[in-house]
Amino acid sequence: MSFVEIDHVSHTYFTPEAAFEAVHNIQMTVEEGEFISLLGPSGCGKTTLLSLIAGLMTPTYGTIYVDGQHPKNLKNTIGYMLQQDYLFPWKTIEQNVLLGLKVMKQLNETSKANALSLLEQMGLKNVRNQTPRQLSGGMRQRVALVRTLAVNPKLLLLDEPFSALDYQTKLKLEDLVFQTLKSFQKTAILVTHDIGEAICMSDRIYLFSKGPGRIHKVFEVPDELRSLSPLEARNHLSFTPFFQEIWKELESLENG
Amino acid sequence: MKMDDRISSLHQNYKLKIKKEKRFITICQILLFLAFFTIWEVASRREWVDPLIFSSPSKIWHLLLNKISDASLFHHMVVTLTETAAGFIIGTLAGTILATILWWSPLLSKILDPYLVVLNALPKVALGPILIVALGPGFTSIITMGAVVSVIITTIVVYTSFREVDPNYLKVLQTFGATRKQIFQEAVFPSSLPAIISTLKVNVGLSWVGVIVGEYLVSNEGLGYLIIYGFQVFDFTLVLMSLLIIAVLAAIMYQAVAVLEKLTAKNRN
Repeated sequence: MSFVEIDHVSHTYFTPEAAFEAVHNIQMTVEEGEFISLLGPSGCGKTTLLSLIAGLMTPTYGTIYVDGQHPKNLKNTIGYMLQQDYLFPWKTIEQNVLLGLKVMKQLNETSKANALSLLEQMGLKNVRNQTPRQLSGGMRQRVALVRTLAVNPKLLLLDEPFSALDYQTKLKLEDLVFQTLKSFQKTAILVTHDIGEAICMSDRIYLFSKGPGRIHKVFEVPDELRSLSPLEARNHLSFTPFFQEIWKELESLENG
Repeated sequence: MKMDDRISSLHQNYKLKIKKEKRFITICQILLFLAFFTIWEVASRREWVDPLIFSSPSKIWHLLLNKISDASLFHHMVVTLTETAAGFIIGTLAGTILATILWWSPLLSKILDPYLVVLNALPKVALGPILIVALGPGFTSIITMGAVVSVIITTIVVYTSFREVDPNYLKVLQTFGATRKQIFQEAVFPSSLPAIISTLKVNVGLSWVGVIVGEYLVSNEGLGYLIIYGFQVFDFTLVLMSLLIIAVLAAIMYQAVAVLEKLTAKNRN
């Protein structure tokens, strides 16, 4: 059995006026340690699928298994990163980082020391007593990453975590997240609308079409790009042709 | 070097200008204060206004000194202040607790919605006679009046701010598997704290209304009682003195809450 199994999943939202199908018949498996990207135009149900995998909602049809269980029954197996950092402004950086452990009642000397050493590895040790407002966007997103990793999840769900950052910060953070996840051997699913980001970070890319959201095509990222860090991958010879291939597919989606 | 000198002298000028303006404003405020009381005094002595009704600052001042020396005034002040503070704290606490219950059960909040609207629109002091009959003519019913005037509006304001908390904060907690209680403690309550504190400012004023009206109705002590007593024996010096004391005390209480608000805001930035 694969680490993540998504079997014929569809999800429909209900409002008094209408029933709106957000994703339709999604079939997907992710092995442990893989980095997967979900790519597609906005409104194609990527975030819905991520919420379903996180167990925040139950799919209308189909089943999802993460590590052999329903996501709702899992505790601290799944970490979720949002588009913005959503650090709590009334808590210090340290309190923010320890939030997950506190909520899960797993806050003890060992777990705390772990989280703080993670903070140190991200070069954020000296800001632990500051508040989020005093930090730059890139630093805040790094703190959010530490907050997510502090509970030691096996699977990371990344919902466009770089989209609110300026370009330079975004490239640096892509590298940092990539290296960190690889070194801890985490499984990750990234939602993005940035083709370059999907190519340089992941092993496999699922291209979604919308109305309702479904998997249009699956791309395997060439081996020579996979082994490189995101920044190196963007400069590799095979980056541009692969980018073109996906670009054309996306274009055909919009015209078709 | 010359450039630096020029900048620093310009900066000096700028600071001086701000200082001058501040001083001008303070002087105007003091003059306005003096003018008001001087005109009042003169108008009363020359009988441009009826001194029996409008009294005069000097008469009020003498009465104040009298009342301070026989220690009776202090007692009335303490009574009213205690009632107001108690009513205000109970009203705010009860309102916040009610808001919490409404947040806890969205269904209950939908069911109670029209009742809250009606209760909010109702002038609470109209409940005075019923409270006095139910709770007895005394301390309890006056404090209840002070609380009742502020509890519904607190409930509505605080509940609204509970609901306006950015849902993404809740999502962060949900991904950690937080319970509803944890979500309330970690996100909903702390992020609404500024709203709660700012209702305190409104509630201070409301509680004064409730307590003074309560004292009008039943009490034999307190500043509201002094006003009603002065009115009954046609001693308007007493009425105006009590009124001035209430104005000063209410302003002090309001300022204290404003300081509290500033302190909590500071902790957030």
